[in-house]
Amino acid sequence: MATLELRNVHKTYGAGLPDTLKDIQLAIKDGEFLILVGPSGCGKSTLMNCIAGLESISGGAILIDDEDVSGMSPKDRDIAMVFQSYALYPTMNVRDNIAFGLKIRKMSQAAIDEEVARVAKLLQIEHLLGRKPGQLSGGQQQRVAMGRALARRPKIYLFDEPLSNLDAKLRVEMRTEIKLMHQRLKTTTVYVTHDQIEAMTLGDKVAVMKDGIIQQFGTPQQIYNDPANLFVASFIGSPPMNFIPVRLMKQDGRVLALLDSGQARCELPLGVAADELEGREIILGVRPEQISLGAAEGNGMPAIRTEVQVTEPTGPDLLVFVTLNQTKVCCRLAPDVACRVGDSLNLQFDPARVLLFDAGSGERLDLTASGTAIKDNVTRFKGR
Amino acid sequence: MTSPVDKPALNLSRIAIHAVLLLAVLLYLVPLVVMLLTSFKTPEDISTGNLLSWPAVFTGIGWAKAWATVNGYFLNSILITVPAVLISTAVGALNGYVLSMWRFRGSQLFFGLLLFGCFLPFQTVLLPASFTLGKLGLASTTSGLVLVHVVYGLAFTTLFFRNYYVSIPEALVKAARLDGAGFFTIFGRIILPMSTPIIMVCLIWQFTQIWNDFLFGVVFSSGDSQPITVALNNVVNTSTGAKEYNVDMAAAMIAGLPTLLVYVIAGKYFVRGLTAGAVKG
Amino acid sequence: MTTATARLRASPLDALQRWLPKLVLAPSMFIVLVGFYGYILWTFVLSFTTSTFLPTYKWAGLAQYARLFDNDRWWVASKNLLLFGGLFIGITLAIGVFLAVLLDQRIRREGFIRTIYLYPMALSMIVTGTAWKWLLNPGMGLDKLLRDWGWEGFRLDWLIDPDRVVYCLVIAAVWQASGFIMAMFLAGLRGVDQSIIRAAQLDGASLPRIYWTVVLPSLRPVFFSSLMILAHIAIKSFDLVAAMTAGGPGYSSDLPAMFMYSFTFSRGQMGMGSASAILMLGAILAIIVPYLYSELRGKRHD
Repeated sequence: MATLELRNVHKTYGAGLPDTLKDIQLAIKDGEFLILVGPSGCGKSTLMNCIAGLESISGGAILIDDEDVSGMSPKDRDIAMVFQSYALYPTMNVRDNIAFGLKIRKMSQAAIDEEVARVAKLLQIEHLLGRKPGQLSGGQQQRVAMGRALARRPKIYLFDEPLSNLDAKLRVEMRTEIKLMHQRLKTTTVYVTHDQIEAMTLGDKVAVMKDGIIQQFGTPQQIYNDPANLFVASFIGSPPMNFIPVRLMKQDGRVLALLDSGQARCELPLGVAADELEGREIILGVRPEQISLGAAEGNGMPAIRTEVQVTEPTGPDLLVFVTLNQTKVCCRLAPDVACRVGDSLNLQFDPARVLLFDAGSGERLDLTASGTAIKDNVTRFKGR
Repeated sequence: MTSPVDKPALNLSRIAIHAVLLLAVLLYLVPLVVMLLTSFKTPEDISTGNLLSWPAVFTGIGWAKAWATVNGYFLNSILITVPAVLISTAVGALNGYVLSMWRFRGSQLFFGLLLFGCFLPFQTVLLPASFTLGKLGLASTTSGLVLVHVVYGLAFTTLFFRNYYVSIPEALVKAARLDGAGFFTIFGRIILPMSTPIIMVCLIWQFTQIWNDFLFGVVFSSGDSQPITVALNNVVNTSTGAKEYNVDMAAAMIAGLPTLLVYVIAGKYFVRGLTAGAVKG
Repeated sequence: MTTATARLRASPLDALQRWLPKLVLAPSMFIVLVGFYGYILWTFVLSFTTSTFLPTYKWAGLAQYARLFDNDRWWVASKNLLLFGGLFIGITLAIGVFLAVLLDQRIRREGFIRTIYLYPMALSMIVTGTAWKWLLNPGMGLDKLLRDWGWEGFRLDWLIDPDRVVYCLVIAAVWQASGFIMAMFLAGLRGVDQSIIRAAQLDGASLPRIYWTVVLPSLRPVFFSSLMILAHIAIKSFDLVAAMTAGGPGYSSDLPAMFMYSFTFSRGQMGMGSASAILMLGAILAIIVPYLYSELRGKRHD
């Protein structure tokens, strides 16, 4: 197991072409599970190929266990990878697929057999050892691909969207299995996905990427509660965060955001200094579950009466859509709330949990009390 | 309701279609049948009978005489074709492997040049090639012909393999590289075992092309090193003495049987080669 | 492990691996550059020299080309190529498409029939030429057969008729290549979306009409590649002529490929022969380049 650090890594495919990766900085500790998440084209697969050595970097350094491996060929970096398409060798049976890398490293036959047996037991594929990949189901191929990586006992595991080709049910099962395996084996892992649920559930650390830049690097909770900009806030979370454009008002030295539902108005006090907001267009970010039903008068939270436009009962929740400041807003309420389209609903907001973004640049304007979220697009992670 | 396309009924139009197709079958077979019949007749029988008349006496003298004349050249063809097929296939496989999985700057350009080479009329290279063979001391030898066939077969064999390998997912090579395999290991242990269909196509295609070739044979060989096609032409077109059509036909059969047999046994690979070569670029 | 210092561990073996693909391709690259393009250039140069039996590099300008244009045999060969090529391509395409359409009708024993149609492609043109030379033998071939069968006075002496001998070449070539065209079109037909045909049937069109107006037009790519291949075969035709007629009677059935061989290697006119080869190359380029250009343009429009 090993630590992984990327310093100022950047990559371009040629002079005149835009950089595919720009100034990537991150580091993870021994045994940590890092997720690279982002939309297609954000550079996460390229970054993974660079870590593996399958592609070269144009600048910066990649360090594994404090050793600069930037110039090393893939086979010397001691890395194993699980591919989206599994990439099993079609003319070999499962046993030979798993043993292939070990044979190349000239392990003794006895040691190889032992390794194959260990891995097969771990992944419950012992009964498949004699079959060829063409005779396996998607889920089984997935396990064999993982077995091939596990048998190598490498320093770092790379997963390139391994669950994308599985159906929804299998995906959930395998997700849990991967997490269990990580807990057991404490392997240093880098995992690429475009699915934000996988990012939240599997990772110790998450790096959200867009256009070759790391938008934010932190724990899943930090990313969720403290997004650094509009993109991160909108990407993580389902149903996604509501973004409401608001006008501001100054009153008694406080800054208030104005909400208008068409039926009523309300003012939200913001804990930000007035000069911060000078000349900016502001967007208010609030997650669906942070909007609650207004209680009887007197609990101090700003509330507003709205008209219900659409209701979506999902089973565990009731999603209610209303309009505020001419924007569609989604609220997540308890499933037993009685309301129908056209009803009037009293919704209340917690000003402490509401987020502020600059409409133009997308950057986050307010800081939480702990001050871990900062305004820059790239978060620098210091030390270990 | 089923459309006519789904359930063919036995009606007049279908009978007509079958009749036409059957007629075509006969037309395609007639030359072969005639060759066979003629080869088993005596010259007198040939002059008294006609193309499709059954031999008065089935005799093998035509074959015996033909074989006596051309057997050396038959051997030449084997000596030329077998090495040329094997070498051009092997080189084509390696080239296809590099062009599809280890691309580098200039490799695409090379492929384009190669592709263009599939079209060139060999007349444009005959003279310089014969000069070169002369300088190498290979003029009028079977080895010289092997060299020529390898050189000018490369374009097709590389095309076959490259088009086949392009459809193999890149992830497979990536996985092998991470497992520690190098260039030749990946080729030998992973790619080659997957290549059986295209190897068959290439071998059969090349065998047919090279065995059937006449142009290179007549230009680059003479006397003892000539392949069977050249020998056949000499037998048929020499105007000394009376024409012995039975010998001519037997010689033609001897020349044509190997590729015909290959076609009958492994025809589907031959067809794949034809259609693959046709979908160029 | 030491502290974070940049230690680039590129072993010599790694460097070899990086160069391996290029090394492997190098011999073929050499062969292509020299054996294909280098030799073409060489022939091109020769066509401007006064070479006869041996190559000499004395500049002759366009003299050889002028001699070609003055040469009656070359004109005959060129005209024959147009006649032969046109008939060969047209008839082969027609028969090939026709047979393919028939075979597309779910015929029993389709595989067997296809095998028969295609076997001529497996034969050398020399064998084909020899067989048809015998079949078309004036006096002992097909005409005698038909006379024996009752058609009195039937004569078929095209093979020795200078005005008709090219048709004999066409017959043999069509016999050889039509099965191949049939196979190409059959594969194309099999790839046609069945729902288009169903839609046309619902519109009330009869099957032949459907084929003519809907299906065949959609096979344009197959049509063009067939055209390319047949044109290529036609221009390169040498074996067939050598076996069937040797260019005769006289040189009335000569074709450019035969002309080139004859003048270069038998008559010791290397300069003229080279010029004729370059003209053949020009003919092929004239066909391929527009085709490739339109292909590439089509792709970009996608």
